[in-house]
Amino acid sequence: MNQQGVRWTAEQVLALAPDAASRKTGSKLGTAGPWSESGCDNSSVWGLCKGSGSKPYQTVVDTSGLGYKCSCPSRKFPCKHALGLLLLWAADEQAVPVVADGEVPDWAGQWLRGRRERAAKKGSEEAGPAEARTADPEAARRRAEKRAERVTAGAAELEQRLEDLLRGGLAAAERPGYGLWEETAARMVDAQAPGLAGRVRELGAIPGSGPGWPVRLLEECALLHLLDRAWMGREGLPEPLAATVRARVGVPAPPQGPLVRDIWQVLAQYDTADAKLTTRRIWLYGRESGRAAMLLDFGAAGRAPELALPVGLAIDAELTPYPGGGQLRAALGERFGAPLAAGGPPPGGTTAEAMERYGRALRDDPWLDAWPVTLSGVIPVPPGEGGGQGWQLADSNGELALPVAPGAADRAGLWKLVALSGGGPVTVFGECGHRGFAPLAGWAQDEAEAVRLL
Amino acid sequence: MSATATRAGGGSWEELVTAALLGTERRPAAGEPAALLDEAALRTVRRRAGLLPAPAPIRPERAPDDGRPELPEAARRRLGQLLADRSASAHSGGRRGAAPDLAELLPQWLGAAAERGFRAPPALLPALLDAARARTDLRPQALAFAGPRGTWLARLNPEWRFALRGGSGSAVLPDASDTEAVRRLWDEGLFAERVALLAAVRAYEPGAARELLATTWAAERAEDRLMFLDSLRAGLCGEDEPFLERALADRSRNVRATAAELLSALPASALAGRMAARAASCVALDRSGDGDGARIAVEAPHECDAGMQRDGVAPKPPTGRGERSWWLGQLVEAAPLGGWAGRLGGRSAREIVALPVADDWGDELHAAWCRAAVRQGDAEWARALLGTPSSPPGGNAGTVSLAERAKLLSTLSEGERAEWVAAFIAAHGLSEAFQLLGVCLVPWSAGLGRAVVDALEIARDAGSYPWSFSGVMGLAERCLSPGEAGRLDALTAVPVEEEGASPGAGGYWAEAFQRLVGTLRLRGAMLAELDA
Repeated sequence: MNQQGVRWTAEQVLALAPDAASRKTGSKLGTAGPWSESGCDNSSVWGLCKGSGSKPYQTVVDTSGLGYKCSCPSRKFPCKHALGLLLLWAADEQAVPVVADGEVPDWAGQWLRGRRERAAKKGSEEAGPAEARTADPEAARRRAEKRAERVTAGAAELEQRLEDLLRGGLAAAERPGYGLWEETAARMVDAQAPGLAGRVRELGAIPGSGPGWPVRLLEECALLHLLDRAWMGREGLPEPLAATVRARVGVPAPPQGPLVRDIWQVLAQYDTADAKLTTRRIWLYGRESGRAAMLLDFGAAGRAPELALPVGLAIDAELTPYPGGGQLRAALGERFGAPLAAGGPPPGGTTAEAMERYGRALRDDPWLDAWPVTLSGVIPVPPGEGGGQGWQLADSNGELALPVAPGAADRAGLWKLVALSGGGPVTVFGECGHRGFAPLAGWAQDEAEAVRLL
Repeated sequence: MSATATRAGGGSWEELVTAALLGTERRPAAGEPAALLDEAALRTVRRRAGLLPAPAPIRPERAPDDGRPELPEAARRRLGQLLADRSASAHSGGRRGAAPDLAELLPQWLGAAAERGFRAPPALLPALLDAARARTDLRPQALAFAGPRGTWLARLNPEWRFALRGGSGSAVLPDASDTEAVRRLWDEGLFAERVALLAAVRAYEPGAARELLATTWAAERAEDRLMFLDSLRAGLCGEDEPFLERALADRSRNVRATAAELLSALPASALAGRMAARAASCVALDRSGDGDGARIAVEAPHECDAGMQRDGVAPKPPTGRGERSWWLGQLVEAAPLGGWAGRLGGRSAREIVALPVADDWGDELHAAWCRAAVRQGDAEWARALLGTPSSPPGGNAGTVSLAERAKLLSTLSEGERAEWVAAFIAAHGLSEAFQLLGVCLVPWSAGLGRAVVDALEIARDAGSYPWSFSGVMGLAERCLSPGEAGRLDALTAVPVEEEGASPGAGGYWAEAFQRLVGTLRLRGAMLAELDA
């Protein structure tokens, strides 16, 4: 893969920014003014940025492995200089010219070489058998058993609480001061079952979520009950379902092969944050395998996760799937070369096909809220103007439509989609589930370029 | 979501929900809590697996086609960056630093893209409309660039309603030569559409617009009559006079005043003649004074009679102004300038302006002539009233204020205007030039640009701080030709601090010049991208 890498768009660069302030300061540095000796090759960009001091900052970005190095004191990642440099690289081919092989300045080359060597070493280590990495397999097994016991105790306690709730009636959950959920969630954290803790916490928000809340609360309580029961009876489950249950409960299992090398199109990247953690989801579509994959990365509260991929481009890389859950989640392994042009949306279908795919995925994972699908030939319909209360995506060649999941897509993204459509059909990638469809990327008709919607 | 749930055997889902809500203690029929949860889990998964799409809503109509060509790739990326930066820099404060202000470049980018006739990229339309919503100064350009799809989109989102008012309606206007379609829109259109239509027809054929207006004139509301009448300003000609004369008798005072103003801009009109006669009776050549020179004597009107009022003279002065000078000003302003030579001894405009005026009437008279020169677009009189660029504004008799000068300049050709302002800056520096620079064509001519840069350099060498000139600096960022960037490079170095200079000023100047050069380079790149 020695293809000339594609320069990213400003939007793709800005998506890497850890926060709004960095986007702002980075943008200001995205012009030729403060930069000197900048250049790029197939897989990296570098430059000197004049700061307030006498010595300019040295900024290097590894665009193939997505790494940043800057001599500035900022603790943000990437820092404003790295963002500014990438913006300049994106916008101005004269300010950041391509240099011939071997003409990378020393200060940049050293770091890049060191980084590549480390990556290669890490790759060969990970390729070794899992047992070889564990010092004492017997001790590890005992630890795992111990943990499973604690989770089982937690699940039993949660069952008790759910049954108590149902005995007294869900109506109690709406009473002011009904603070059972937070306390129960804390108990589940103690029981080392973060998956249960997360679901319990979400229950707490349902009574305040508007009309129809008792149905939603019952559904979620029932699915939580199902998860408790599945955990307790996991010995009797077929292995893929047992793996799904372990993952849902929050007992981690490492990704296990086989490796899938493909040209992975980066369809979407978005973050969700709670008080303690920022979670980043990246959706990939394998152009050759035709499969979807999700990468997850986490950052401490207020900090962006490190993994960032350029939406709208594609990477040649190896993924290792995690067990269970319909095999969606994967870990990113080795990458080969710089990002490539993606070349058009994944093949898609109608709204009915999308719902059907979600329905089928529930067989492998009944706790699944949504499934990644591509809708082709749909027309976005804003509220008002015949569309009623909410946004919808209507088949252009049929009589059916899916509602847009509430709160799933932001306003700007939806309007972008309408603008792309102009009342005509567009292709949309997103998450389709029981709450509706959450659009994440769109393509205008006959256009190869993906437009980010979130 | 609306969907078809699969029915399960036994009790309905609704009964299950009711039992769960009330609790199994009160609804023992639902069984033990665990059994109820089992049943609910089964039903939930079944319901979700069986979900179907709902019947489709009415889809929006298709956006009209936009035949303009697509932006070159680099230009599209640049616009994305300018729009992304817009939201980022909106709240920034403090010192501006050496980096260019991208938000300031957006209007220029839009103007340049419009000149080249590009189509707006659909994905950027929402950001473009948001930008136009936040900044009224951007609206005309942004909406023209957004084109028919922008208008289509704005119709779907109440927050963008502003885009449907005023100029942007042009996309849906019928061809001005299609009399039937014009007639239909004129009769049935919204106010904004009608204003746009009238302007379009006026540009196509002035007489047709006037006749169109006359068909419904009596039935229009007073505010609307005023707006419609105003659109006759474009392409005003002698044939408009009868219509305007009738409007002099309008019920609305504002309509009457506008009609009078338009008539006075037609030197051959009867109203202009009446005003000329009234003005002439007030202003005369006086040779009786001591000494040998001629001077102008002024006898302001003693009353504002019904005839004057009918011709648009407002009888009541604003607070603090005398009645008689108020009336005089209006008469002179509305009188054709061409008549003064005959009245004042065959003198040229320049000679007339140079004549001394008796009894302190000079300022009043010159101010009225300035307004007349602007209204009548009379370059000769404007030149005479402007005086020489080296004479200080508003100081001695015979010269006029800066604001008046700026207006007078706009009657001159672009080249002459730039030359005059360049000479003014060379003589007086920058501190008073801001208003005058604002009326010059962008990008500035080479001579004007050089005058501004020279003056900035002089200001720096004089030891003042750059923020005293931040207005001119900002203008220079917008208006200097990108080709000047090379010449400015030498100014971006931090100069050696001289004794007596303001502390740190050299560094701030270097920063300001860096920003200027950076902005010019960026503008150069922007334009190159649009031409790629």
